[in-house]
Amino acid sequence: MAATESPLIEVEGLVKRYGNRTAVDGVDLEVRRGEIFGLLGPNGAGKTTTILTLLGLTEPTSGRVRVCGLDPARDAVSVKRKAGYLPDTVGFYDNLTARQNLRYTALLNELERDAIEGRIEELLEEVGLGNEADLPVGKYSRGMRQRLGVADAILKDPDVVILDEPTASIDPAGVIEILNLISNLAHHDGRAVLLSSHLLNQVQEVCDRVGIFVNGRMVAQGTPESLASELTEGGAVYELWVDAPEDTLREIVFAGDGEKPLSMTVSGPGRYRLVLRERDISGVMRSLIRNDVDVRQMRDLGSNLDQIYQRYFAEHEESDQ
Amino acid sequence: MTATTAQDGATWVRSRPGWTVVARKEFADHLLSARFLAMISILGLVAVGTVYGAAQSLGDVAQDASGAGIGLFLRLFTVNADPVPFSFITFLGFLAPILGIAYGFDTISGEVSQGTLPRLVAQPIHRDDVINGKFVAGLGAIGVIMTTVTLLVAGLGILMLGIVPTPNDFIRLVVWLIATMAYVSIWLALATLMSVVFRGSATPAVVCIGFWLLVTLFGGLLAQLGADVLSPVSPGDPASPLHNAQTELTLSRLSPAVLYDDASTALLIPEVRTLGIITYQQIDRAVSSSLTAGQSVLLVWPQIVGMMALTVVLFAAAYITFMRREVRA
Repeated sequence: MAATESPLIEVEGLVKRYGNRTAVDGVDLEVRRGEIFGLLGPNGAGKTTTILTLLGLTEPTSGRVRVCGLDPARDAVSVKRKAGYLPDTVGFYDNLTARQNLRYTALLNELERDAIEGRIEELLEEVGLGNEADLPVGKYSRGMRQRLGVADAILKDPDVVILDEPTASIDPAGVIEILNLISNLAHHDGRAVLLSSHLLNQVQEVCDRVGIFVNGRMVAQGTPESLASELTEGGAVYELWVDAPEDTLREIVFAGDGEKPLSMTVSGPGRYRLVLRERDISGVMRSLIRNDVDVRQMRDLGSNLDQIYQRYFAEHEESDQ
Repeated sequence: MTATTAQDGATWVRSRPGWTVVARKEFADHLLSARFLAMISILGLVAVGTVYGAAQSLGDVAQDASGAGIGLFLRLFTVNADPVPFSFITFLGFLAPILGIAYGFDTISGEVSQGTLPRLVAQPIHRDDVINGKFVAGLGAIGVIMTTVTLLVAGLGILMLGIVPTPNDFIRLVVWLIATMAYVSIWLALATLMSVVFRGSATPAVVCIGFWLLVTLFGGLLAQLGADVLSPVSPGDPASPLHNAQTELTLSRLSPAVLYDDASTALLIPEVRTLGIITYQQIDRAVSSSLTAGQSVLLVWPQIVGMMALTVVLFAAAYITFMRREVRA
């Protein structure tokens, strides 16, 4: 069924310009029911602009946007009825309690009056704020606000949930709680979730697919694993910091008895990047030690999204110059 | 709103307009806020003080009023006596702008600084529901305060002096309340505009207070200055003082404070028969009498309409600025 159903979020060729500045430059993406899509990129890459366009809070310069089959630029109210949104740095009325804040959201969404109190109670329990429900939000920590924000976004039981920087500036324990909540939204409740983040290593575990966003363009899209292998020509990338000239190193590495690297490039003074077919650098290390080359540091670059993104970003910067 | 061809959801129609939900929440917040308490106590003090002053000079009031025959009750609002330097309407003319500013200066900037605006506009309401609802809630809170204070003056007067308002007095008071609301709403709309234009919660308030001082303290001075420049008094021309005075009056009426002052004077002092310039020849041997409530209302109609028009213009400016603004801070 999921395969035949059309995506809940569809974006084709989205462009948004502010004056001369192009914030979003031809972005395509799709998010289906039960899927978490991560929009990853540095601050100012155009992630929030894309999100605001999805909610009809800003109009696209060109391109096609559909949320639940509706055009947010034309029918923003209906879209906002079906899409829950957690803004970055979410704010609440500090003088009101969590319950009162959620009640206001419920009334704005015209939920049925009889059902409101039960729904609020249930959600506050779900996000772990059951005991603090009647405390003014002014007394809440960042992590608690963020969890309340998640409750606020899904109060209307939306098909689509859009979360802008859900893990930014909260402590590590809080991040895990939030990520668990987000994972449940898609994988348990079957909603389509779009989240944005600049902290890639934090969110990669929950994302089914990610898009890497740099300077308004989506430079890569796919599952975290496929991006990793695409970038590393199907191999594993390591960076070595050694006290040896390039020629010497090249000789040792390619002449070694173990597995030979696919390629070797210089990535900085005394820093070399090696691509291996398998994720196993023991052969190379053995040859280096045998030849009395001191290895100061060794880093695995192909293992997490953060480093993949760093590389995309770096490559993109270079091509812009 | 046109129906969209959607495979997964039809166009959604609210059964209750979004602005009423916003207005209801904001009104409740207003009534529970410290601001409400502060405003109602300041104005309550003004009311008690001025009525006390008026009651102290009960004899004078009665004597003053005896010439006109009617309007003794309304004198409570317009007479000032020894311990209190101003009458109720003078005080209120001065303080009413503060009321409007207090309920408008953080309309939008408050939502921005709390970070609630993006969340609010992402709810299924139209964006103008936010500013409309908040404006209506502000007007509601101000209405409650003004009505309470007016009733306090009237009630104290009845208690202390034993005078009861005539139906005519009552009509004048109601129209005066409407005029006051029109005046306060100018300031509410101005403060709302400032709260859209400026970031931060203090800036809009400071700018509004600047406007308030400009209008109430320097308005008359500027009008006089303008009149002297535009139509100076020349010793050779006997008509020139009249022209000068007319220009000054016209210029001063650009100020909402003057409009309101005119309106409240004419409404609460039935003996006032004109708001324009009268020469001695015109009032020579005129029989001193009062206007009926209907005639007084007719006299101040342009002032009331003028104040409402200014409110509309200012609110429209706030509305347009808000609608065009990007949501991101």
